[in-house]
Amino acid sequence: MKDQALVQMALYAALVAALGLIPPVPFVTGIPITAQTLGVMLAGVMLGPWRGFLSMLLFVGVVALGAPLLSGGRGGLGVFASPTAGFIVGFPVAALVAGYVARLLQRQSILIAAGIGAFVGGILVLYVFGIVGFKWVTGSEWLRSVQVMAVYVPGDSVKVVLTALVAQAVYKGLPGAVATRQA
Amino acid sequence: MMTLYVHRQSWLHRQPAGLKLLVLMVTSVALYALASLWTAGAVLIAVILAYRSLGPAGWSYLWVVKPLLPMFILIFVVQSWSQSVSAAILMLLRMLTLIWLANLVTLTTRMDAMMDAVMPLLSPLRRVGVAPHRIAFTVALFVRFVPVLMAVLNSLLEAWKSRGGGRAVWRLAIPMLINAIRMSDHVVQALAARGGVRSPETPVSMVQHQ
Repeated sequence: MKDQALVQMALYAALVAALGLIPPVPFVTGIPITAQTLGVMLAGVMLGPWRGFLSMLLFVGVVALGAPLLSGGRGGLGVFASPTAGFIVGFPVAALVAGYVARLLQRQSILIAAGIGAFVGGILVLYVFGIVGFKWVTGSEWLRSVQVMAVYVPGDSVKVVLTALVAQAVYKGLPGAVATRQA
Repeated sequence: MMTLYVHRQSWLHRQPAGLKLLVLMVTSVALYALASLWTAGAVLIAVILAYRSLGPAGWSYLWVVKPLLPMFILIFVVQSWSQSVSAAILMLLRMLTLIWLANLVTLTTRMDAMMDAVMPLLSPLRRVGVAPHRIAFTVALFVRFVPVLMAVLNSLLEAWKSRGGGRAVWRLAIPMLINAIRMSDHVVQALAARGGVRSPETPVSMVQHQ
């Protein structure tokens, strides 16, 4: 792997951390919606599947080592015992799938490719992890787990649209920065 | 340095990181095998008492679960409605125990000690061509990028507010990302100019002629 890839992976991992700084918006249920998954979707769409995956693995790994980089200053091993652990563990795979789908769709406009990629990776795949994690940690039934996790969906849908818009704008300014648009 | 680690001289700090991680793993498995409220409660109390060894203010670190409180209440209500109140209490006890125990490991173990404990697990990656020093480099660069990007975001937010602000604050994501990508390009160039990422064993003279 080239040095450039290492730098890019570090950059997107740091982007996810910086997005955690944006104060979470408390949603109807009292469950805060954070901007961090926006970074996860962007990592996949911008870096492509493999680098996106490794970059998010780096983020999750450093959080596990004790860096308070999740939104609200959370971090450390305790995160992986909390009800939303599944989402955090799912970050790398979500980025992988988002990048893969966006690359498959590179014939389409970037708005569509990035949007669908972010939706499949950042919502479908991430929620499978989120729900399995929730069920694992709390021991709830499947239906309950799905119901509880559903409160996050509206906020995450907004982030899918944002990912598409941001990817499109960055592609106009710096076409070389979108790895799923080359080859 | 951004870390949750608390510098103290407690007996917990003196235990090797690998041992603490092992205890944590064993406990997490054992807790799911325990079905009794009393044992789960006793383990929780033991964990809470262990926080006291962090000093007189040790118990204040238990507030780490504060952001999770709304979630706990929601889960508790749903669980006691769908199963039983005792099942809901047991689940809450287990969850709190694990979160606090894991957090205790994080609080009492330095990040580099943690990394040293994990590194041997990564060494098989050498076979597929990933050298550990390159992983270490990426981790270090990531940790360095975080405050830089946070500063970029803050300055963009302030400029946004001074221009009158507004609700479409998400637009800042675009200059933020472009800024970040430009910065990383500069880092890549600077790195190339210095001969790239090299292992600590490789002398500089060998790198220059590659």
